[in-house]
Amino acid sequence: MRKAEETFLPEPERYEFRAMPMHQFALGRRDFFKIFGAGIAVFAVAKEVSAMQETAPGPHGFHNEELPEEIGAWLHIGEDGTVTGFAGKAEIGQNVRTSLAQTIADELGVAVASVRMVLADTALTPFDAGTFGSKTIATITPQLRRVAAAARDLLLEKAAREWNVPADRLVAGDGKVSDPATGKSLRYAQLAREAIGARKPPAEDPIKPASEWIVAGTPVPKVDAREFVTGGHRYSTDLRPEGMLYGKILRPPSFNATLISCDDSAAKAMKDVVLVRDGDFTGAAAPTVAAAEAALRSLQVKWKELPQISDQEIFSYLKKNAQPSKEARFRQAKGSVDGGLAEAAHKLDASYTVAYIAHAPLEPRAAVAQWTDGKLTVWMGTQRPFAVRDDLADIFHVSEKNVRVIVPDTGSAYGGKHTSDAGLEAARLAKAAGGRPVKLVWTREEEFTWAYFRPAGVIEVKSGIAADGKLTAWEFHNYHSGMSGIETPYVVANQVTEYHQVPLVLRSGSYRGLAATANHFARETHMDSLAGRASMDPLEFRLKNLAEPRMRAVLETGAKAFGWPRQKSAEGQGFGVAAGYEKGSYVATFAEILVDRKNNSVTVKKLLEVFECGAIVNPDGLRNQVVGAMIQGLGGALFESIQFENGRISNAHFASYRVPRFKDVPEIEAILLDRKDIPSAGAGETPIMAIAPAIGNAFSDATKIRLTKLPLRPELHLQG
Amino acid sequence: MATGIELEINGKGYLVNYPPDTPLLYVLRDELGLTGTKYGCGEGMCGACTVLIGGTARRSCQIPLGAALSKPITTIEGLEKNGVLDPVQQAFLDAGAFQCAYCTSGMIMSSVSLLEANPHPTTAQIVQSLQGNICRCGTYTRIIKAVQRAAETLKGRSK
Ligand code: FES
Ligand code: FES
Repeated sequence: MRKAEETFLPEPERYEFRAMPMHQFALGRRDFFKIFGAGIAVFAVAKEVSAMQETAPGPHGFHNEELPEEIGAWLHIGEDGTVTGFAGKAEIGQNVRTSLAQTIADELGVAVASVRMVLADTALTPFDAGTFGSKTIATITPQLRRVAAAARDLLLEKAAREWNVPADRLVAGDGKVSDPATGKSLRYAQLAREAIGARKPPAEDPIKPASEWIVAGTPVPKVDAREFVTGGHRYSTDLRPEGMLYGKILRPPSFNATLISCDDSAAKAMKDVVLVRDGDFTGAAAPTVAAAEAALRSLQVKWKELPQISDQEIFSYLKKNAQPSKEARFRQAKGSVDGGLAEAAHKLDASYTVAYIAHAPLEPRAAVAQWTDGKLTVWMGTQRPFAVRDDLADIFHVSEKNVRVIVPDTGSAYGGKHTSDAGLEAARLAKAAGGRPVKLVWTREEEFTWAYFRPAGVIEVKSGIAADGKLTAWEFHNYHSGMSGIETPYVVANQVTEYHQVPLVLRSGSYRGLAATANHFARETHMDSLAGRASMDPLEFRLKNLAEPRMRAVLETGAKAFGWPRQKSAEGQGFGVAAGYEKGSYVATFAEILVDRKNNSVTVKKLLEVFECGAIVNPDGLRNQVVGAMIQGLGGALFESIQFENGRISNAHFASYRVPRFKDVPEIEAILLDRKDIPSAGAGETPIMAIAPAIGNAFSDATKIRLTKLPLRPELHLQG
Repeated sequence: MATGIELEINGKGYLVNYPPDTPLLYVLRDELGLTGTKYGCGEGMCGACTVLIGGTARRSCQIPLGAALSKPITTIEGLEKNGVLDPVQQAFLDAGAFQCAYCTSGMIMSSVSLLEANPHPTTAQIVQSLQGNICRCGTYTRIIKAVQRAAETLKGRSK
């Protein structure tokens, strides 16, 4: 039943494992009101579809004539005045449920608490390519603003007709339309009562500029926070529909192992066990997890395993197996690097490596699947519900209309929940379970083994600077890890930037920030070394080579707050800086570390980060995201790496794969620059990028030892 | 096969039919529907499954049913009393000490246990006692603030 899910050569920007199919929307206007009751509905038509869904090729036709094409978001105001916003995004801990509700509340003039968001349900919400790439705030927010603005206008018009006065003298706010001249007012609920109908917002809605936001732009707590502190929220892993069975999948002992034989007679004889064998898929469903496990244990299985390369050989393998660049966009060049090197007063070549790391979301991949009359419903924690729906439709040969994917608010993802795996597996088991739902929850070990990783990579840099510290040449090659953030933000006339594809070794995919973390690590470490060659302060050296004003601003703000350049006040102290930008947001990170040679320990004492992503929608949520990314970044910077040999992950447990814990957290300061004049960009990813180089540079400041590998493992470099 | 095992959970008695070596976590979640207690690793390494047994924080994935029968068990569902949140729950809520919140139940239970044993913990003591709980979203700094806030509330109450 499995299909080839990865192309042999992965896309450099690994948002997608395969191209998106075309989509159709199953919900017609009449159905819509049937489900949600009478009232007002407003549908947003995206103005720039290409910008809205970067990975979806071509327009998405909708079946039903009554609904406009290219819908991105919609909104319903019920007869009881309840406001419901619909968007295809998933809540994965980034607090989108709250920030989208804020947006609607602001434009419509209602309290945040009275807005309910329906998210990521393929039967109820508009098509969405996926929750990744920090796109939500930039794309869905303006659409919801537009629908909310249109709904508000509809209410104003209705009240104007009612009172027979011009609409432009009325005001909307506080859940009602009022006429300041007469003091009369009508609640939205009253107005929505007879206004049955749908409206497409006009192309040019009056949308509030960020400077006029009231609710948006202010800190609002997570809208349904109470559910989470009482244990009441049901994640996918928590669902227990009537009659549910628990599934387990037989995993090969190593990657690429093939099944030679399997005697399943004992399992078949077990009461209440549904055993499924279908090609290379073997799994069991039973009334308890223990029973499903027992069934799989009873199988007499022989595998053929293959020798495979280990983490020890990976970097030389990646260099050796690089493919010639096939696409023009993989290589950017201008000027002459040779010419630039000839002019240089100092030259520096260096090579950097980054290890595979795991997302390790605390809620493992999980799904509940149920077949009813040939229709499939899957509840699953995924960042791409519509793509999962299409995969399921494809694999089970049913129409997309007969597959519904619902995403309960999820126990985080960090780019790790893009694929359909758990949903496909649960659905395959459920197909044999005679209408009973089947739940499949991956174990932590499965999570660490059968999910996908942030790819390893090798980065090589050649560079030259003039005597005054100006860059004269820059050549940057990334092998395998990816293209995000590959372009240097610094001004250099002679440069080559190239991404080299390498066939997959371990299953690899998106990870918060993608390759921007690797590319920033290499670049910002290299810039620090160059500053040393030029005998310049690292910050001064960066500013000298930087024109980009927003990046200068985060660096300068950070320098002031951190007190850069700082005098060392203790032995072993070191300070480092790193910066960059990606996906419309800018970051500068300053680190203070303390090296204790006697005890062979290195402590990150302080991290200060300045972050700017345009106009801030929810400062509280943003701060939470930024600090969270900083702390997560600590893991990849200092100690996280996947170890593997012969197709087995050697550290597939939290005991051996170390993630940041309380004790690892330094003093943290996050400074958010609010640029009301710049459209909001996403914030989930960029804050992670500059952590590793800032720490590595601080270590070099303290010890004169340059670290060029991620994870840094600085304590290993202290001996001798 | 299993005979009935009696458990006292959140002040209620339950009779469950499971082998005594079954980890408590699975009985809570799968049998009793107390899904506020989370599975994060099943290996005692993440703290998502933390419950109170006799008032002390324990990893329910590591506690065989047979070892849980003599003492009262409290899960996250048992903290709220008559619609009023426990001060620790309230403090997490007020501090916004979560993102995806999958770790939150375990963090709250561990903190309740800490504050029970040590009503005025220093930051270092909070860090020490929560070291076994992972928040992969990295909300550690807010969690520390929440625990401090809860300690303040409790102090105010005991006066
Ligand atoms: S699930 Fe028990 S400690 Fe992780
Ligand atoms: S909030 Fe996501 S794991 Fe803690």
